[in-house]
Amino acid sequence: MSLSGAKIIQPLCIRYPDMPVISDQAANCNTTSTPFLGSTRTLRRIQSVSAAQRRPASAIVAVADVVKEKKLKSNKNHLLTKEEGLEVYEDMILGRVFEDMCAQMYYRGKMFGFVHLYNGQEAVSSGFIKLLKKEDSVVSTYRDHVHALSKGVPARAVMSELFGKTTGCCRGQGGSMHMFSAEHNVLGGFAFIGEGIPVATGAAFTSKYKREVLKEADCDHVTLAFFGDGTANNGQFFECLNMAALWKLPIVFVVENNLWAIGMSHLRATSDPEIWKKGPAFGMPGVHVDGMDVLKVREVAQEAIGRARRGEGPTLVECETYRFRGHSLADPDELRDPAEKARYAARDPITALKKYLIESKLASEAELKAIEKKIDEVVEDAVEFANESPVPSRSQLLENVFADPKGFGIGPDGRYRCEDPKFTQGTAQV
Amino acid sequence: MASIFQGFGAATSLSSSASFDTKKLQFSSLRSLSGKRASCVVVRSGGVKMDSDSNRIGGRGDQLVTNAVATKVDNPAASTASKPGHELLLFEALREGLEEEMERDARVCVMGEDVGHYGGSYKVTKGLAPKYGDLRVLDTPIAENSFTGMGIGAAMMGLRPIIEGMNMGFLLLAFNQISNNCGMLHYTSGGQFKIPVVIRGPGGVGRQLGAEHSQRLESYFQSIPGIQMVACSTPYNAKGLMKAAIRSDNPVILFEHVLLYNLKERIPDEEYVLNLEEAEMVRPGEHVTILTYSRMRYHVMQAAKTLVNKGYDPEVIDIRSLKPFDLYTIGNSIKKTHRVLIVEECMRTGGIGASLTAAITENFHDYLDAPIMCLSSQDVPTPYAGTLEEWTVVQPPQIVAAVEQLCR
Repeated sequence: MSLSGAKIIQPLCIRYPDMPVISDQAANCNTTSTPFLGSTRTLRRIQSVSAAQRRPASAIVAVADVVKEKKLKSNKNHLLTKEEGLEVYEDMILGRVFEDMCAQMYYRGKMFGFVHLYNGQEAVSSGFIKLLKKEDSVVSTYRDHVHALSKGVPARAVMSELFGKTTGCCRGQGGSMHMFSAEHNVLGGFAFIGEGIPVATGAAFTSKYKREVLKEADCDHVTLAFFGDGTANNGQFFECLNMAALWKLPIVFVVENNLWAIGMSHLRATSDPEIWKKGPAFGMPGVHVDGMDVLKVREVAQEAIGRARRGEGPTLVECETYRFRGHSLADPDELRDPAEKARYAARDPITALKKYLIESKLASEAELKAIEKKIDEVVEDAVEFANESPVPSRSQLLENVFADPKGFGIGPDGRYRCEDPKFTQGTAQV
Repeated sequence: MASIFQGFGAATSLSSSASFDTKKLQFSSLRSLSGKRASCVVVRSGGVKMDSDSNRIGGRGDQLVTNAVATKVDNPAASTASKPGHELLLFEALREGLEEEMERDARVCVMGEDVGHYGGSYKVTKGLAPKYGDLRVLDTPIAENSFTGMGIGAAMMGLRPIIEGMNMGFLLLAFNQISNNCGMLHYTSGGQFKIPVVIRGPGGVGRQLGAEHSQRLESYFQSIPGIQMVACSTPYNAKGLMKAAIRSDNPVILFEHVLLYNLKERIPDEEYVLNLEEAEMVRPGEHVTILTYSRMRYHVMQAAKTLVNKGYDPEVIDIRSLKPFDLYTIGNSIKKTHRVLIVEECMRTGGIGASLTAAITENFHDYLDAPIMCLSSQDVPTPYAGTLEEWTVVQPPQIVAAVEQLCR
């Protein structure tokens, strides 16, 4: 975070007026690993800890209240600097314009299959991912275009991937639901819900392993796992909450609760719809935040990522958000109440940020317009690039099946199949 | 039973054999040169209990020892007596291989249920947790799908985990991760991430363990693109395959068998790594090719005793690599004997034998004098009752009868 002229409010601890800091240990946060790898909570403590962590329903919005309180105290304090504000705004605009362009391209027959758009949820992606370093990892679901973009994958690479061209970030082999980038540490892109969460847990485990076993003392890489409300009922979610809390892995579980899993309302699928409550049950803090407000998301993200980086363990963050479009471009979106859609449309995160930036004099209308124009050009360029890129040739068919192509085995002639130069075309008998 | 020695053709230098450096794409084009693997083969007829002497059979490419083979033809005793070797049980051989790899590369780690403090339900990881720590030999909660996925995520980020399924059957719960992520992520990421995991565990029909603990998962996993499957059957190949699997950049599933953990054998002192894709010649012969793997190898060798007494000369090959098949070794054998019998523990439907039958028919149909016979387990959930369980799997008398029928 750059510290230019404006003062910045220090990141909030997850603290409520009459309750102690949420932690499952004493207040001092130690980063050294304990020799015992497991839960250090005793039965006696559990009672007092859960009493401390039990929050009355009114505290759900306490984060926003406290923020507002601090804002009133000194008007000169902004929640972020101008640079940060513009960076976040640009990221959100990129997400929105890109997704809108995807829809256009889909209906023009440039991309096929299942395409899931992120319109309306930009605050979550920008609020969290813009706080990460390059070495931190992001794991997403099928609704992953914007996560990849926020993490730094070029728009050209994502658009080419969607068009199925060989210049795509995954050489055209992954598609909309499998965005990967080794350079930017985007670990996917998963088509089945929930299957990315263990992968994220593994990435966090590696970070801890590097620090403690490989003795890379400064390895404090954090992993963010994004997934939806539907996934929060899946076994893999609970299993990973347990393991992450047990081993204090540097991971943040971000639930993008947009209330709908295709046509299944969250309330019809979940016995206790307040997902943040599932965190304390496993021994980690659970926080609920307004996911349509990028500044609030950013505050919470700051603390959660900070916790993970300091070695204090995982956090579960539930972001209340909404997708303006259907589940995918194939979804007619008939079940959702138009009044509900209108309510959330009025809370469009981009409009809200724009309003904040202008009202707090952090940016002018002209500067924001310039950003919008720039993004339009970036996305247009991405489409052009994707259009002109070549489609994969047949020789690409079997190239990446194995990291070590000896895995294709030994043919009847005694040579490894991969020694045959035409092998990857799939013409050889496998 | 007297030992039979056979020497093979001209030696070629073996140092470039890719057995233990899977990164080098330097294949032994030597194979195509000589057409035969230079090897010195010491054959023992086997019962269920192996003798303590080495029964190391296999291509010379398997060993680090670089003495040319040509000198060995008349004096095979010298090759195995270069060092005394040491005797151990199969589970100890697995542990030895695992420990050597953990010593060699700090990124190698183990995760699974009861692998740490308990030492593994079959003691394969005994003693490793006190030596390497709780993080490197990780005791996981009972969450197969998630800890397998965790291993995959860790592999993507640079570690080399060995994921243990306490019983292979438990990995059915991890099928999502094994199929979707393990097999596919290298491809769907366009080659950006590699998944060098080893997934291992005991499977197969044991002694009245009941249906769910007696499963043969190799048949379920074989279609998954992007994975390799190997099955070990002796302490020698267990250690060698374990090491090869760990060093491989591909995800490898290593199938062990519940009943084979206590096999004893003398294995070399010097380091060796086997080839993941190669099959093992157990007993050369002329009349019929018997292809088998894992526990059925011992039933086959028991039947071979009877067959030899009856005047047959079966060639027994332990295919070892369940995916991909070593069509070279298998093909050479078929071209010699013209008759194939497959003996496996998988169920009749959709098992490894079924795939192997198809592969042989496709590639070697012209060389066959008789239809391929495949003996598999019955298509039934393994019963608890001892008698029923015995009839579920293939027994030596059935193998003898099958060979007699094939060779009519």
